[in-house]
Amino acid sequence: MIRLNNIVATYTTTRGEVSAVDGVNLEIPTGKIIGIAGESGCGKSTLLKVIYGDLIYPLALKTGSVQYGFDSFGQEVTTSDIKEYWFKRISYIPQSSMSSLNPVIRINKQFTDHLDPSTDKAKVLEDVRAYVQKLDLPPEAIDAYPHQLSGGMRQRIMVAMGTFFNPDIILADEPTTALDVVVQKGILLLLMGLQEETKSTIFFVSHDMGVHYQITHKMLIMYAAKVVEFGDSDIIFTEPLHPYTRMLIESLPTIGDDHLRTGVSGRPPSLWEDLTGCRFAPRCPLATELCQTTEPEFKEYRRGHFAACHYAENTYQSSEIAILYDHHPQNQSPE
Amino acid sequence: MTIILKTSHLNKVYKLGGFFNRIKINALDDVNLTVESDEPVIISVVGESGSGKTTLAKVILRLVEPTSGSAHVYDRLVAGKGDKPSNREFLNSVQPIFQNPFEAFSSHRTVDTYLSDTAVRVTKLSKTEAVDAMTEALHLVGLDYRDVRGKYSNQFSGGELQRVSIARALIPHPEIIVADEPVSMIDASLRMNIINLFLSLKEEYERSFLYITHDLATAYYISDYIAVMYRGSIVEFGDAKAILADPQHPYTQLLLDSIPEIGKKWQRKRIALADIEAKEFQFTGCRYCNRCPIAEDKCVTERPPAVKKVDGRDVYCHFA
Amino acid sequence: MKMNNRLKIGIVILTIMVLGSFLLPLFHNADPTKQGTFPKNLPPSLAHVLGTNSLGQDLFWWLVYAVRNSLILGVSVSIFTTLIAGTVGLTAGYIGGGSDRVIMTLTDVIIAIPVFPILIVLATLVRGQTSFLIVSVILIFFGWAWGARRVRSMALSLREREFINVAKFSGSTTLKIVFREVFPYVFAFMVVDFINAILWVINTEAALAVIGLSNVEIPTLGSIVFWALNYNALFIGQYMWIVAPVVATVVLFLGLFLTSTGYNQMYATRRGHS
Repeated sequence: MIRLNNIVATYTTTRGEVSAVDGVNLEIPTGKIIGIAGESGCGKSTLLKVIYGDLIYPLALKTGSVQYGFDSFGQEVTTSDIKEYWFKRISYIPQSSMSSLNPVIRINKQFTDHLDPSTDKAKVLEDVRAYVQKLDLPPEAIDAYPHQLSGGMRQRIMVAMGTFFNPDIILADEPTTALDVVVQKGILLLLMGLQEETKSTIFFVSHDMGVHYQITHKMLIMYAAKVVEFGDSDIIFTEPLHPYTRMLIESLPTIGDDHLRTGVSGRPPSLWEDLTGCRFAPRCPLATELCQTTEPEFKEYRRGHFAACHYAENTYQSSEIAILYDHHPQNQSPE
Repeated sequence: MTIILKTSHLNKVYKLGGFFNRIKINALDDVNLTVESDEPVIISVVGESGSGKTTLAKVILRLVEPTSGSAHVYDRLVAGKGDKPSNREFLNSVQPIFQNPFEAFSSHRTVDTYLSDTAVRVTKLSKTEAVDAMTEALHLVGLDYRDVRGKYSNQFSGGELQRVSIARALIPHPEIIVADEPVSMIDASLRMNIINLFLSLKEEYERSFLYITHDLATAYYISDYIAVMYRGSIVEFGDAKAILADPQHPYTQLLLDSIPEIGKKWQRKRIALADIEAKEFQFTGCRYCNRCPIAEDKCVTERPPAVKKVDGRDVYCHFA
Repeated sequence: MKMNNRLKIGIVILTIMVLGSFLLPLFHNADPTKQGTFPKNLPPSLAHVLGTNSLGQDLFWWLVYAVRNSLILGVSVSIFTTLIAGTVGLTAGYIGGGSDRVIMTLTDVIIAIPVFPILIVLATLVRGQTSFLIVSVILIFFGWAWGARRVRSMALSLREREFINVAKFSGSTTLKIVFREVFPYVFAFMVVDFINAILWVINTEAALAVIGLSNVEIPTLGSIVFWALNYNALFIGQYMWIVAPVVATVVLFLGLFLTSTGYNQMYATRRGHS
């Protein structure tokens, strides 16, 4: 289990402190691909940084901790000492390979830079050369400078760097967003294959629900710095408990389906405002007075399926919500 | 019928490199598209990066001169040799929306100045008429002039800015709006609001759109026609629903197969990832030949011609 | 816009220097360069704040006039170099094409010529009679090129920005685009360049004066040092003669430097927020 204990992460700005992640309490099973979804600014990348222990000013962990589920000398590893396990037990795959690879250093050197001086680097590089072939890269690719490779190749190098040392936890922040769909599919299939082999835990941040559907085992939906739903992907995509999740899924058009689709209207609240009640209430077609005044508790409605919505219970017990959706003026289908 | 969009033998060659190792990239390679209709239409140009779709948009917007060939929009010649409309006439019939809403307005000017410029300079309205025109255009995209007036671009969200961009483009009542990846920078949850706006503008306001995108799903959702491009060439062009229901070019099939769609899990087959983009531009035969599962010798040596199918689509494949 | 401390300190220093050097001479009619006006080698006192030198000149008044003249030279030359740099850079960068190639070749030639040796040669030829005007013209001639290069490269990247195209489709002419879309972005850099140019001009003139190649009859920050060296000020214990102008120069440079970097910083954070 990986435990996120009441995580509050803040950014310090000229206007003061703002909580980009505001009270996340979760137990996450290991060995799965966990998708994190939400709109920009919802805190999904910040949560990833907290898990990685990459807390650089202006980002700070205000309260809470992460328990990674592995020990070191009998002591459980937590946020404060996770940095010592970077690359070895936890790794990070960023969105833009161009800004995370040093353009004037060959990739092979960047592969081995963080290793202890005592390690046999030549041996490691030999293994790396063999390893990158699994990712359809030629072994020579690691001897190149970053700019000599295409965007898709560089991103595969990043995947290779993130997975080579076989870490327990891999954090991927929109690793394929900048790529074309064909390359994206190729890389995601490779990543899924690697995960099945090594059974590592992957936290996969993306705003694309389609990508989440394809690769994740568990989904974590964030909205305005809070987790609003968490559960098995299969269930979340068929029977979501939170209206926001449902709207995220239904806003995507699919080929062959001529239904009118609508986006989620309005925009997320500013985190600077006084946020009472459910944060999604102003945009929710189902919101009632209760939602405006009382913040819904994040709780387990079904085994392993959590949500923060006053009306979550209704959603799965009856098809009432579906009817409500169809009658909502935004969701009228064309004749 | 009106020629809404017609490109004939449109070519654009970029030269890269120095004097000795100069290579030519055919960003557009003999692009032939014809859409005739009496009704407004939405035409999508779909392709990955390096497909030439943005170059095509730029040629039609007169931001790039084609190397050869011509392009007509609404019966007017916009690119190529011949009698072209004046700049003002052109701006009154073709208007753009660009990809990055945060970049569409200078951070030193309020966004409404771009709208009033368009009303005064392009449409030649008086100051008071301009305010009416702006109010009307902003109303069409679901915004209130009073909420936009005097604000800088950093006071809006991406979706709102893109609406302001659309409102600006609507002011001269152009016949066609060229939208280059208009939703790729917008949150997925808000994308459909913009896409639906295009649809309603087409239906209620009778505007045509040229929608440049890499996203087949939204293209399917709004388009009447679709052109799929690969490395500067058209590979398939015709009725959007027909093509996406039954793609006949192997590349269109691959593209369709790669979309991460909800409700349709990918087959866990490895796919070959080509990494020789520049080289593919140099191919004398089909540019897709080295990735194509059904390619034969002929594909390497001979450029496939357009094959007209019963449903009116063009497929550029020897085996179509 | 909030000013940072750097900028505040810089502006305070510059205000004191500018006001002091321009207002004080209004209450003092005597020529500070005239020798033997006062008794020689007086220590600092109320009448002579920095004392007098071995030529019987009041050091304080020398310094006041020197700062004023150096500032006048610096500012007037910099106005010209900045204007030329802006015009040339915007033309080359935004309009581009053939004009860009011609202009940039010219700019590179000027950058490639080492300024200081040329100045020494020129000044030696007209030794003693180098008027301020000639020094200014030479400094203007050599001073605009770097700025022009910077403005050009900014304009060049701005040209590709989307809002330029939006402006085109809003019916803006090229001239309007240059002034309303491109110039506001370049402006802050031109301000910084302007201040840096003042620094460079004062510095170069002082260097020329110290070796006696500017017009040493006119009090400038360089010419005091020239006279001090000429009369072996250090050897005869006239430390104030040399320390005072050096301190004044350092303070003035500090003021200009803090203003320039402070302004730059403020501008960068403002852009970061927007």
